[in-house]
Amino acid sequence: MTYQWHWSVFLERSPEENGTYLDTLLLGLQTTLATAAAAWILALALGSLVGILGTLPSKSARVLTAAYVELFRNVPLLVQLFLWYFVLPEMLPFAVGSWLKQLPDASFVTAVIGIGFFMSARVAEGVRAGIEALPAGQRLAGAALGLTTAQVYRHVLLPQAFRLTLPPLTSELLNTIKNTSVALAIGLAEVMARARAMQEFSFQVFEAFTAATLIYLAINLVVTLLMRALERRVAMPGSGSGPP
Amino acid sequence: MLRGLGAVVVAASLCGPAAAAEPTGTLKKIKETATIVLGVRDSSVPFSYLGPNQQPVGYTIDICLQIADAIKRELGLKSLAVTMTSITPATRIPLMANGTVDLDCGSTTNNAERQRQVAFTNTHFLATSRILAKTAANVASLDDLKGKPVVSTAGTTNIRQLHEINAARSLGLRILAARDHGEAFLMLETDRAAAFVMDDILLSSLVATAKDPSAYALSEEALSMPEPYGIMFRRNDEPFKRVVDKATADLFGSPDIQAIYDRWFTQPIPPRGIVLNVPMAPALRRAFAHPTDSPDPASYFN
Amino acid sequence: MTSRFDPHVILDSLGYLFLEGMAFTLMLTILSGIGGIALGTLLALARLSRRPLLRVGAGAYVNLMRALPLVLVIFWFYFLVPYAAAWLIGASRPVSVGSLTAALITFVLFEAAYFAEIVRAGIQSVPREQVMAGQALGLKARQVTAHIVLPQAFRNVLPLLLTQTIVLFQDTSLVYIVSMTDFLGAAAKIGQRDGRLVEMYLFVAVVYFLISLLASHAVRRLAGRTGAPA
Repeated sequence: MTYQWHWSVFLERSPEENGTYLDTLLLGLQTTLATAAAAWILALALGSLVGILGTLPSKSARVLTAAYVELFRNVPLLVQLFLWYFVLPEMLPFAVGSWLKQLPDASFVTAVIGIGFFMSARVAEGVRAGIEALPAGQRLAGAALGLTTAQVYRHVLLPQAFRLTLPPLTSELLNTIKNTSVALAIGLAEVMARARAMQEFSFQVFEAFTAATLIYLAINLVVTLLMRALERRVAMPGSGSGPP
Repeated sequence: MLRGLGAVVVAASLCGPAAAAEPTGTLKKIKETATIVLGVRDSSVPFSYLGPNQQPVGYTIDICLQIADAIKRELGLKSLAVTMTSITPATRIPLMANGTVDLDCGSTTNNAERQRQVAFTNTHFLATSRILAKTAANVASLDDLKGKPVVSTAGTTNIRQLHEINAARSLGLRILAARDHGEAFLMLETDRAAAFVMDDILLSSLVATAKDPSAYALSEEALSMPEPYGIMFRRNDEPFKRVVDKATADLFGSPDIQAIYDRWFTQPIPPRGIVLNVPMAPALRRAFAHPTDSPDPASYFN
Repeated sequence: MTSRFDPHVILDSLGYLFLEGMAFTLMLTILSGIGGIALGTLLALARLSRRPLLRVGAGAYVNLMRALPLVLVIFWFYFLVPYAAAWLIGASRPVSVGSLTAALITFVLFEAAYFAEIVRAGIQSVPREQVMAGQALGLKARQVTAHIVLPQAFRNVLPLLLTQTIVLFQDTSLVYIVSMTDFLGAAAKIGQRDGRLVEMYLFVAVVYFLISLLASHAVRRLAGRTGAPA
């Protein structure tokens, strides 16, 4: 009934791969980082697009944006992943569905798409808030210079909005990394799944979870420091968004 | 913190056998709370699964209820509440160790490695690990699955054997870990996996209760010897083990076990009245005649 | 391959889905919302305390919890709580706690870190003059906090606290991973048993969507009325 700590377990051979438990955890770390990076790129691209749409004068664009954000924000991520993984292929024409299911890295692809769309709704809200936080004069000044709407966005609004949005985007990036752990439910062998497997094979529950905890803390620290450095580099003098 | 706790537990169990009048360990816990917690499964048909109205039912649960009765008599309790907690292969051992469940009433393989963590009572079934695939895929052995995704259930002996065979025979299988058998079977059903590796009895029961049983074929190739299933409980708790072992030995020695066995393996089972049609194997009959908690598969066949 | 959409499987199990599954989900959401806000408020006060030990301790706790994925925290606590409970009350063996209790402790401890940051922002939004006015009236520091600062802080961040509770409502679905019977878990169990996961998962998604959408609209209306940020 007692728990026996046994820290050297990390150096024991894992039945999962040709290596130790430590090796499998590091493989998991690679998967976590790869999934998070790909999902983040997707989230940034989709989210920026949707967020910008939401600030256009067109009413239908704004309604569409709001619907998109509500859709992806009001269903739990785990349920969204199940929809992408189990439900979507059954809804598609048979050939397409089968192709989708037999992709070599189906779990990875599904996780990237599922987490990417889920996070894109949050990115969109951030980008929209960033653009709306700019003084209305900025848009008017651009128009007065004879710039088209696209040019106003490209040269006036977006460069400022993204700088304003950087701190909230950093926390969404960290959320993306943490959210990859949910994909263990669709078979993705990321850090959490590796720690769970280590726990099952070695019976050393708390060592496995301690290792996962340290890995997430390290990722968090590194990403936070990198993003702080980025914020300092792109800060606009006098805009109030940079450090004093 | 945990280590300090361990010292106290060890001290308590050392003076246990001497003071036979006062129950210790799990028996003490059951007496104090007048409750026994059974760990039950969602989809281990017909051992432990959700029956009509989503109530857990099954062969192992019936045996566990008999054990609970014996414990109640042993402790002289007027009433004993039986609570059921849903577990998975991945959570059953930690939840056993941390006191959340008292008896694991599912389809747990008893092996030497697990006996270093937990204890088992007398064997109540023998099962062999095999491969389930779609009939159309024509899978006779793991060699037919090279490079393909193969699912098994996280936390089982089967997924461990699968990893080992995959490495030893350089098959390049992509092994997926599902939460429980129902989810693993779903991965096969929806073609997320080309095969599902699990104990034959669980596979054939899942197939029997599936929408289209003829769509699936079980492999001839066996990935293991027939291995014993046991009801699991905490280790180093001799008084509890004595009571549980006696309860199962008594049951296995009586005609009741044949009735319980037939109820789940040769007669229509809930919720849809399907018949599995798996008569009692000679090896299991011998194991009932000479109850044993041996983790060694060979000991059941000589 | 999969036979066509069958709504009966949903209708037949509505009782189980809602009376067991959704009841567990809502119970967990409401109780851990209350517990999380209570603990979160204490953490926020500790983070703003003048005592360095409290300040650093609370800050470390909040940052630790916010750095970890909820899935990991659920695993940790589901397995650890019985040992911790035994240690707390001095029992000689792990204390058996039910699924709901274990989940409740997990979510209170986890969400408190997020609630703490909201409450802290609320406290900092109260003008310093309010504190000084309280002090001028001869109130003790504790009275100023309880009667002047916290009521205004809560009013300012009430919509944010409620929005976080909607996130919490969705987060509770992760207990599926350790096989608890919440709304998603109940639906998955039936869907897996009857081979009807498409119907079940779609139904689950629609129910979560409707509840979260209605709740977040209500929060926005509330925010509009009080003028606080949503």
